[in-house]
Formats: sequence, C-alpha cells, structure tokens
Amino acid sequence: MADTLAIETKGLTKNYGKVTVVDHLNFHVKEREVFGLLGPNGAGKTTTILMMLGLTEPVSGTVRVFGFDSTREPIKVKRIAGYLPESVGFYDSLTARENLEFVADLNNISRAESKQRVDKVLEMVGLTKERDMLTGKFSRGMKQRLGIADVLIKEPKLIILDEPTSGLDPQGINQLLDLIAGLPGMGTTVLLSSHQLYQVQRVCHSIGILSRGKMVIEGSIDKLGREAMAGGRFVIEVEIAEPKAELADIIRKVRGVEKVEADGNTLKISTNSDLRSQISKAVVNSNALLVQMKLHEFSLDDIYMKYFKESQD
Amino acid sequence: MLAIMRKELADYFNSIRFLVLFLLVLVASGFGLYAVQQGIRATLEASQAVTTSGFVFLALFTAYYQNIPPLTFSLGLIVPIVGIALGFDAINSERSGGTMSRILSQPVYRDSVFNGKFLAGIITMTIMIGTTLLLVAGYGLRMIGVPPTAYEFIRLFIYLVITVIYGAFWMALAMLFSVIFKRAAGSLLIPIAIFLVFYFFWVMLGLGPAIANALVPAGSESTLETQIKNAEMQLTFLRFSPSYLFQEAFVMLLVPVSKGLGIITVAQAEYMIQNPLSLGQSLMVIWPHVVGLISLSAICFGISYIIFMKQEIRAT
Repeated sequence: MADTLAIETKGLTKNYGKVTVVDHLNFHVKEREVFGLLGPNGAGKTTTILMMLGLTEPVSGTVRVFGFDSTREPIKVKRIAGYLPESVGFYDSLTARENLEFVADLNNISRAESKQRVDKVLEMVGLTKERDMLTGKFSRGMKQRLGIADVLIKEPKLIILDEPTSGLDPQGINQLLDLIAGLPGMGTTVLLSSHQLYQVQRVCHSIGILSRGKMVIEGSIDKLGREAMAGGRFVIEVEIAEPKAELADIIRKVRGVEKVEADGNTLKISTNSDLRSQISKAVVNSNALLVQMKLHEFSLDDIYMKYFKESQD
Repeated sequence: MLAIMRKELADYFNSIRFLVLFLLVLVASGFGLYAVQQGIRATLEASQAVTTSGFVFLALFTAYYQNIPPLTFSLGLIVPIVGIALGFDAINSERSGGTMSRILSQPVYRDSVFNGKFLAGIITMTIMIGTTLLLVAGYGLRMIGVPPTAYEFIRLFIYLVITVIYGAFWMALAMLFSVIFKRAAGSLLIPIAIFLVFYFFWVMLGLGPAIANALVPAGSESTLETQIKNAEMQLTFLRFSPSYLFQEAFVMLLVPVSKGLGIITVAQAEYMIQNPLSLGQSLMVIWPHVVGLISLSAICFGISYIIFMKQEIRAT
C-alpha cells in the first residue's frame, strides 16, 4: 500500500447479547484528514471507537490503526493515538498541570519534556491561567478543553474525539473547531465522532454516516452531496426577473443540460457538469433579465436526513 | 506501573482518609503502650520469660492489662480496616470519575493499573504498621530499658511482614469488590461485612466452633478420642477465618514460649518444658498460616484480574 491508512476496519462486528451494535463495518480513514463519524444516538459510534483503541474486543473482524491491530497490539495503538472520551474525567484533587503531567508520565515522557509540553498544550486550549487550579473546580467546558490538552500532550499521530463539543459555549466550539482544522497541517489525523452536523461539515474532509452499526455512506462531503441528492449531477439555480415560458426550452438546448424545472421566478437546472457560464450566456442571449445564479451546494443536513430516513425505513 | 504507583501514593498521603487511618493507628499504639506500661511485669512473670528465655522486648507488643488489649490485638483489628479503606474504591472510583477510560487509552497495560494501586496500598500499609511498631518499640525501650536481641528483632520484622500480608489480603478483597461493583458503597460494605463475620461472629462469638460442635458432638462424658476429634474440628473451622490464621501466626512469632498449635491433652502438658521455640521452629509452625494468607490474597487478586481484564471501559 502506497497510501498509509490511519484507520482501516474490515468486517468489524460487535454485539451485546443478541443486539448487534456494530455490523460488519468496513471503512478507512486516510492519513492527515479530518474524518467525521456521524450517526444518531446508539448507532455504534462509541463502540467502534472503543474497538479501535482495544478497549473493547470485537466479535469478529479487525481494526488497524497505522497498520497495528487494535485487538492484538493495543499498547502500540495507544502509543500513537489519543482519545478524548465523551465525558472526560480528571482527578479532582490534582491541578490541571498535575493531571497532564500524570498522563505524560504514563507515556514515558521525560520530566523536562513534559513540563514544556504541558505549557504548550495548555496555551493551545487557552487554559494557561488555570493551570494550577484543582480540576475539581473546573467547569464542564474547561474540563472539555483540558481533555483536548490531555490528548495533545502525547503528540499523537491520530486523535479520536468523541463528541468533543458537547458542553462548550459557542465561542469555545469555534476555538475548538479551529484547533481541529489546524491539526492535519501538523501531521495529525483526526477522527471526529459527532451528531452536530454543522460542526462536522465545517472541519471534516470526509465523513461516514453510521446507522445501526452499518456505514450507510462514506466519502468527501461535496462529492457525497452530489451523489446522494442529485444522482451525481450538478444542480444550478437561476433566478430571472420576468420569466418567460420559452426560456426553459432555450436552456434545455444547452449541451449537457438534462432537466429544467420552473418554480416561480427560479429555474432548477440539472446538469452533468458545471455549466454556469454556458447557461448564463444562453439566458442573456435570450434577453431575459438574470438576477442571480448559483450552484446548489448540498449541506450535510440534506445528506444526513436522506440516509438516516432511508436506513430507518 | 511505576507512574501509577507514584500517583496513587501521592494521592494516599494527601488524602483525609490516610490522616484518619493514621490517627487510628496512633491511637492503637498509644493504647498498646499504656497496656505495656501497666501489664508488662505481670505478663513476663506469667510467661516465665524473665527467668528462662529472656524474650523481654517482645512482651512490649503482647503485654495486656485487664481490659486494655495488647498492641497486636489492636493491630489485628485495625489492619483489615486499613486494608479495606485503601482498596474499596480503587477501581470503581476511577470508573465513576471518568478517569478510567482516560488512563486506559494511554499506553499502559490494564494490569499495571491494578498492580500499581495494589503496590501503592502495600507501601502505605507498610509505612503505617512499621511506624506503629517503631513507635512502640522506641517508647517501650525507654520504658523498660531492655534492648531487643537479634532474634527478637527478626521476629518483629517477620511480624511486620505477616501483618502487611494480612492487610494486603483485605485490600485485595476490597479491590475485588471495587471491580465487581459500580458503586463505592457496595464495595465498602461487603468487605466490611465479610470482616465482621469472620472476625466477630466466627472467632469471637464462636460461630465456627459451634458448627464444629454440631458436626462432632462431644461432652465431658464422651471418649477421649471424640473429644480430641471435636477439638480438632473446632480448630479447623476456626482456621477458615483469615483473622484466626493471622492471630495464631503472630502469637507463635511474638510469644516464643507457646508450643505448637495442635491439641495438647492435660496429661501431655504436664511433661512439657517451658522453654521457647527457636526462630526456625516457630516459622515452621506458622508456615501454613502464612501460605494460607498469601494464597487467599492471590485468589482475590486472580479473580479481580480476570473480571477487570474482560470489562469494557466505557466513559459513561
């Protein structure tokens, strides 16, 4: 394999009693990308993550993290992967810095090095002022940020974040998302599990939607949108000031246009490629008054709802 | 593992729990000293140590005065409580605090979490018990002015080791329940209940001997054979209790004039010579007890291991 995969699962299955939580899951995350693992509650996101870290054993199938089998070599995986659980806990009787130093100690990071790193990561998450405060007195949001620092301190190649934005205020969410978006630049791969669609859309390069333990769709966001909603076509919306009936016919004649639907002042044009310049030329040539024209972008909401609905039916 | 042990030790020493336990231990040694001050002369005369064997220093730990128990007795009561207090929330507090999944997502083996905590507990207990013994030894030395002989010193050291093993058993038991139970309340109450059953009911209130009596009834009119059988059965049942094992072990160690632990008839006793056992002989008598205590801890440890390894570590 020329392209190193950060995470690769093959036929990953886990059940609790008769309930299958993760069902023959196959997906992969490329190195240096932000991958969003989406899905409703109970879809198997956390269980999948636990299996990646060797905290739970799969019934069948394998997970590989940078080539290491998570079930057989969990220590090697944990050495390069950092995990922020959904509800992260700290030792309330220790200060923020002591908590981080303990984790550094567990990772065999030397004293001197750990001091430096603690200062660095605390600054990254904006907790420099609170570093000598007992974590028992931390607010939920502060704990969440300390959790991020806790993951960053071992400088992992892969960061797994389980619902990292829960409990954060809007400003905190923004800061966190900026931080996540900057991680691939530092050579880190991020797996973000969430059901906050907007946030995932903002930072993720590609997504996978889990439903009932199965990956219903996987790929990059813009590609997914077109494939999912428009069958791989582009949808261009054209708004005209005084629409005439024959305009639709004129546009239909443009090469590559497949379908035109009129909806009041707006025309929805399905095409097989980005034909905005050709269409605008046709509209202007027909003496119609073009108000605006845009390429329809599919939001994650659309994709999510579509697939979520499908898998429920 | 060392990292976890360091952290746990620091935690223990800074906690209020440790302070309370230490006060308890101090009170016990205070009581012990008082008992010694009042009763050492009588104890020594009774055991004829002054005239025959010369184990004066050891009497500091076994002398009692009327209702005030000797130090060893108080330690036998306190050490299990210390062990349980150190171990009862070892695993489930991490779990409920959400720190377990954070630690286990670091490159550490699960057993090193367990071992680190156990080791830290043992070190803490050793420090506590060692301090008590040194305290009593030091004050006692001032009081009686008789320095310990080398043999007495070795016996005291072995006593320390056995006491730590005894405490370690109760800690392992408490840790076992901290793995099984999600809440600290359950994992505290059940080991304490077990301790109460085996200490008060089984040994002190005679539940164990009572069962033996029911199995092999014997009265004053029964044959010698039945009586001996009855006595042996009683002893066997008593030895089901870890507390009794410990008690027998330390008595043999610290009161060298005591003879073996089997049944001795009055006729036999008449021919016994009141001289102390040598250290090797004493150790030989209590060896099964020590092995028993260690294997009890090992069993608790093993079960906890198996359950803990298979448990799923979820954050919520």
